[in-house]
Amino acid sequence: MTRNGSVFKRLVPALAGAAAAAMLLTACGGSSVNQAAAADGSKAACGTVNVAMNAWVGYTANAAVYSYVAKEKLGCNVVQKDLNEQIAWQGFSSGEVDIIIENWGHEDLVKQYITDQAVAVDAGPTGNKGRIGWYVPPWLAKAHPDILDSKNLNKYASLLKTSESGGKGQLLDGDPAFVTNDEALVKNLGLDFKVVYSGSEAALIQSFRAAEKNKTPLLGYFYEPQWFLAEVPLVKVNLPKWTPGCDADPEKVACDYPDYTLNKIISKKFSDSGSPAAKLVKAFTWTNADQDSVATDIQNGMTPEAAAKKWVDAHPQQVEAWLK
Amino acid sequence: MSATLLGAEKATNTPAAPPTVPRRRLSRRALLLISAAVVWTVGFVFLHGTGTLALPTSELTDLHRSLNQFNSWVASNRDDNPVFLYLLSPLRSAVDAVAAVFTTVFAASSTGLGLPEIGWLGTVALLGWLAFAVGNARVALLTVAVFTFFGLQGLFVEAAHTFALVVTSVLLSLLVGLPLGVLAGISSRVEKIITPVLDFMQILPTFVYLAPLALVFLIGPASAVIATVIYAAPPIIRLTAHGIRGIPENTREASDSLGTTPLQRLFTLQIPMAKRTIVMGINQGTMAALSMVTIAALIAAPGLGQVVVRALQSLDVGTAVNAGLSIVLMAIVLDRVTTAASERARPATQRRRSALPRRTRMILVGATFALALVLVQLSRTMLWAARFPQEINIGPAITSGVDAASEWLQTHLFLLTGAFREAVTVAFLNPFQTAITDTPFFIMFAALALVAYAFGGWKLTALVLACLTVIVYLGLWGDAMVTLASTLVATVIVMVLGIVFGVAMGRSERFDKLMRPVLDAGQTLPAFVYLVPFLGLFGATRFTAIIAGVIYAAPAAIKIMADGISGVSPTVVEAAVASGSTPWQVITKVQLPMARKSLGLAANQGLIYVLAMVVVGALVGAGGLGYDVVAGFVQSSLFGKGLAAGLAIVFLGILLDRITQAAAFSAPSRSRSTAPSATTKEA
Repeated sequence: MTRNGSVFKRLVPALAGAAAAAMLLTACGGSSVNQAAAADGSKAACGTVNVAMNAWVGYTANAAVYSYVAKEKLGCNVVQKDLNEQIAWQGFSSGEVDIIIENWGHEDLVKQYITDQAVAVDAGPTGNKGRIGWYVPPWLAKAHPDILDSKNLNKYASLLKTSESGGKGQLLDGDPAFVTNDEALVKNLGLDFKVVYSGSEAALIQSFRAAEKNKTPLLGYFYEPQWFLAEVPLVKVNLPKWTPGCDADPEKVACDYPDYTLNKIISKKFSDSGSPAAKLVKAFTWTNADQDSVATDIQNGMTPEAAAKKWVDAHPQQVEAWLK
Repeated sequence: MSATLLGAEKATNTPAAPPTVPRRRLSRRALLLISAAVVWTVGFVFLHGTGTLALPTSELTDLHRSLNQFNSWVASNRDDNPVFLYLLSPLRSAVDAVAAVFTTVFAASSTGLGLPEIGWLGTVALLGWLAFAVGNARVALLTVAVFTFFGLQGLFVEAAHTFALVVTSVLLSLLVGLPLGVLAGISSRVEKIITPVLDFMQILPTFVYLAPLALVFLIGPASAVIATVIYAAPPIIRLTAHGIRGIPENTREASDSLGTTPLQRLFTLQIPMAKRTIVMGINQGTMAALSMVTIAALIAAPGLGQVVVRALQSLDVGTAVNAGLSIVLMAIVLDRVTTAASERARPATQRRRSALPRRTRMILVGATFALALVLVQLSRTMLWAARFPQEINIGPAITSGVDAASEWLQTHLFLLTGAFREAVTVAFLNPFQTAITDTPFFIMFAALALVAYAFGGWKLTALVLACLTVIVYLGLWGDAMVTLASTLVATVIVMVLGIVFGVAMGRSERFDKLMRPVLDAGQTLPAFVYLVPFLGLFGATRFTAIIAGVIYAAPAAIKIMADGISGVSPTVVEAAVASGSTPWQVITKVQLPMARKSLGLAANQGLIYVLAMVVVGALVGAGGLGYDVVAGFVQSSLFGKGLAAGLAIVFLGILLDRITQAAAFSAPSRSRSTAPSATTKEA
């Protein structure tokens, strides 16, 4: 190496020196300020809990409140891992994720990880009801009240036409992670619309925000609970009512989306461990309003921890009931 | 596809071409290009709408379904398959261990208060000293200023996490890349085998392999580092090989005549002489590694990327910009320090003599090292030097300032931007896309084959036809054509910007200095940061996606053009001016024609860079292959389709790359320029 010229000549001793110095300092680590003020170890009973953090604010609200209670009341060491849903589920089998605290259906993943591999279990509903559907901005619903019935949508196809929709009305879809039957729905309801894929939740929200602000027409896929509905109360369009089995064949579906009972999924190992944190996650339930209040606080700039503390402080009995 | 575009370009070039070029050859090429355009036009007029092979977004082919099995195969084999047990698991542990060392030293430890081994003051001092030792005082000062600024932004810990991850990735990339690069430099056979592999590594969207990677190497630093290495190693390998190949033949012969063994030759001649190019490769690899931080955040890698990703879910532009600024600044520091190091790596005779005599410099290096050590020790014993004081935090000010600005822009410019978008989409993008997507696939095959034959002969034609066939086989022809249309439109815009700004920068050094940081920001700012305001301005449309691609790709094209223009011999320009040419004449008749090679290279790199943004574009409404990739990343039932779409992007990329290179260098071969393709991508 030394023959390789001045950079390596200079770099190698430099790095070696730096490394040696670092090691030397590490060796006398006893004096480090880090160790001197080490945290008290009295709360170690609960152990470590790995919470997957899926990327939407409602999820963050659930996770923040759970983490806050587990940390403060049970003394657990909560590790939050930012992951998307699919990878979070993968984490159950490798033991790197213990909790998914808001799950929207995902029949394929349920089959793979709960039924087939048996590495995860359903820890019961969160108490939140999920609803998927087609929404319009409030100004549009007010200006054209009959747009809220899917039978009248064709009348508005030309109004909802954009440069992206190839001469038809535009139905804007969102995050590809969400279940959608929209292409089949458009076909089977005989609508003169084209599904345009915005590609992300951010794109969908920003589109609705702009539509309300600039009073431009927009029809799009959306869902609740969602913090954005507190900012702009989108109005749901009524599709033909959902009845059990009407969406059995995804090609022929011609009815609204069912209501989702959002639930918690935890790893089998964690569930069987008897950890108080596992008990807590099984007991954790709250309402859409609860989640919205925390989510809106986060949305308005509070840290998730602060928003969770605010909610927990305001609802002592409910938290007490989870811990029983 | 671009038959007419390329044809037009050709036509404008013809009068400027030196008269020594044989007439017959040129007219034959023009003839072929014209016939490609005719085939396309006639095919479109008579057959449009047939044979388009469009697959609805929600549908799968059997191939996609069988690719879906991959994930469950990994899950069921991870515990007992020997490849996993004896190869992949130890690899993961090793990478994890290295990452843990750097993370503990710079970012956070798992014990006590969670403080790193070296606190902020020590980190700043140590890195500043390191920059001085390998570079010069200027870059050292820059390093100290920027890392202190991270603290002021309230992001020191996050920046340190990112820094630790980048350092780990670059070290591992060097470990893999240098030997491979040297090998590819010495042996043509190795280079031939490795080039398509490198193309794959650089063009295949990360979203395609991120989920399987997290499955194989588990969630955590190992997966993030390996994903980064996959992307950062290719430029290092390419430039190392290029450096070794670039050594003049007679120098090698001179050394051989002295009777050196191949190994001696390698260490005494080839590596030392290629050093500067190798360090440039390290520079490019570092930039590539840094561009992966937002992607790595999707598999729980801590750091600045995570701040950006979290801010995106609540559409918090201010916070995202604050973190994005840190990423840009870190990129600038790493770039300047490695560039200064490569400057120092020049043989002493070529180097501009440094201001300091060697001896004084050595003493200074020693003295500052001692000072750095004192500060490191201080940062280990004093809390204020270990954790950046939170009282001094200008992060919120930056955040709210940016928020206000973005709000203002969206409110006041929407009508303007909306009208502009509508005009461009209706007048230009939609007809062009229709012309591409509605043309039967066999007509496209024929037209592209003619174009390929015009530029590169039979070999290129065979390659192009093979790429097209694979895309059809993957079942994604329709989506590929949607992507191709947007990519070409974006590339045209990139080239216009490249020529306008490149010429301006090439002609004025002051303007060049002014633009450089802006261009650096465009290349390194994670797209996630500016997507939200752009969505506000342009809506979820293909146009927004094109703009994102342009922001990312234009800097590369501009830099290449500026380089080409300033490389035109000043005596020629002076002669033109002296003979009474107006500035416009100088540009169009002298500078642009003489920088023709740069023009070709800029078009090639512009295309590849735009293609690297296809997946990001899909997050804001681009549809096409990018959307398939994103959907495959987030839904396990679509994994197979996402993988197929990723492969289709690779083949589309290789096809476009080889055609533009052949066109640019007018040589009838697929010889690849070693200029690294896309140094950074996605996010």
